[in-house]
Amino acid sequence: MIEFRGVSKTFPDGTRAVVDVDIVIPPRKTTVFVGSSGSGKTTLLRMINRMVDPTSGQVLIDGTDVATREPVALRRGIGYVMQNSGLLPHRTVIDNVATVPLLRGARKRDAHAHALELLDTVGLDRSLADRYPSQLSGGQQQRVGVARGLAVDPNILLMDEPFGAVDPIVRAELQQELLRLQGELGKTVVFVTHDIDEAFLLGDQVVIMQHGGKISQAASPTEILANPADDFVAEFVGADRGKRALHITEVGGRRIVLDGDGRAAGVLAS
Amino acid sequence: MNLFLDGIAWILDPANWSGPGSIPQRLWEHVSITALVLVIASAIALPVGAVIGHTGRGREPAVRVSGGLRALPTLGVLTLFGIWLGIGLAAPIIALVILAIPPLLAGAYAGFESVDRRTIDAARAVGMLESQIVGKVELPLGMPIVVGGIRSATLQIIATATLAAYVANEGLGRFIFEGLKTRDFPQMLGGSILVIILALVIDGLFAVIQRLVVPAGVRASRTRELRSRPTRSRAVVGQPIIEGNQK
Repeated sequence: MIEFRGVSKTFPDGTRAVVDVDIVIPPRKTTVFVGSSGSGKTTLLRMINRMVDPTSGQVLIDGTDVATREPVALRRGIGYVMQNSGLLPHRTVIDNVATVPLLRGARKRDAHAHALELLDTVGLDRSLADRYPSQLSGGQQQRVGVARGLAVDPNILLMDEPFGAVDPIVRAELQQELLRLQGELGKTVVFVTHDIDEAFLLGDQVVIMQHGGKISQAASPTEILANPADDFVAEFVGADRGKRALHITEVGGRRIVLDGDGRAAGVLAS
Repeated sequence: MNLFLDGIAWILDPANWSGPGSIPQRLWEHVSITALVLVIASAIALPVGAVIGHTGRGREPAVRVSGGLRALPTLGVLTLFGIWLGIGLAAPIIALVILAIPPLLAGAYAGFESVDRRTIDAARAVGMLESQIVGKVELPLGMPIVVGGIRSATLQIIATATLAAYVANEGLGRFIFEGLKTRDFPQMLGGSILVIILALVIDGLFAVIQRLVVPAGVRASRTRELRSRPTRSRAVVGQPIIEGNQK
């Protein structure tokens, strides 16, 4: 369990990225921070592995304040997946995946054997192991990034807009892969995105951030749609329009679901 | 042109290839001075450049100091130290070190700065120590530019090390000063040609080194259509989008 207690962050230039945030991130679930740029969502994520230290307040992992942990040791125990994969361009795929186990002193042979298994886990062919990141597609690079994040079998996996830079088809593919992986592995996933559809698809808990680093609402997607906390949330999730404002019409005895623009979205199964 | 041929003839004259003050001896002295200066200047400039490039701090003072050093006329510096330290190698070595520091420093911090900040951020986020970020990420990726700095410093040292002969009995510069003094222009020109040949050979050597230090993953050209089939079936989402007119 990860807990933010009264966490604020003011950067040296005076920007208030996060203001007085309290949130509990349940274990073995996916929590998605969603908001526009400048809402402090990435800052919150980076506080978990001490890439950013809060100005005030505490971040606790299983009851221990991360401020008491040595940053490098803390980071080596937490998976981190970032946009643009963040792979080391001068190392092969397998060396990238094995980076952290090798830093922790694993034997090279063991680390490589495990890295090959992780390529299977994330749906990459083992023949790619000796390629360099620049020889992979964007989607493949992101998979390698996920494999690297899983390499030390962490309890916590931090994902900072991991699918932000790939095309929509590949993104949909990667989202489904993540759902499958999460079903198998049951990690505590903390995911950051600006895409509300992605948040609703992946999140058990969705945390909606508004500009200025405040939490507007933290709840399940169902709860957010049923009871948006305020106008900002309602507007942000688009509950009153488009594909979320569905209504039913009867045609020939079957109930057809129409979206906000009156286009057929599907048939109501009963 | 005749003078030029005389210079070549002087170089090829077997009499100049043996005994004290012969071409091999002067060449060896010249290379030794260059190497010594390079080692001293690198020991000063490369760590400082690495720290500046890694932390992003101190760039402004470094630029100003190396700009100032660049503006110093080496002959003047040499004369000054020569008067102070007397005849010998100390004065030219100091003058040459001052000459070599700016390109080495610039190469080092430019090399470290050239590494993508996101790559460094990711290396830190997965748990690399700062020293590991420097040694395993920034150094290998910035190496081609660092070597570029060493290359340009080396060329400047080789060319300017001729001045060592001004206050010391060392290096290929001896032929130039000797020839000037005795109006032996073939010898003077021959000495100059030797310096040029040495510079070209060493530069060629560095060109090869600079190529070799480009990490394989960076050299590997982006190849299209390398996507192979995943080991397990992936979710199929929608139809493939086909844009434009199909032929």
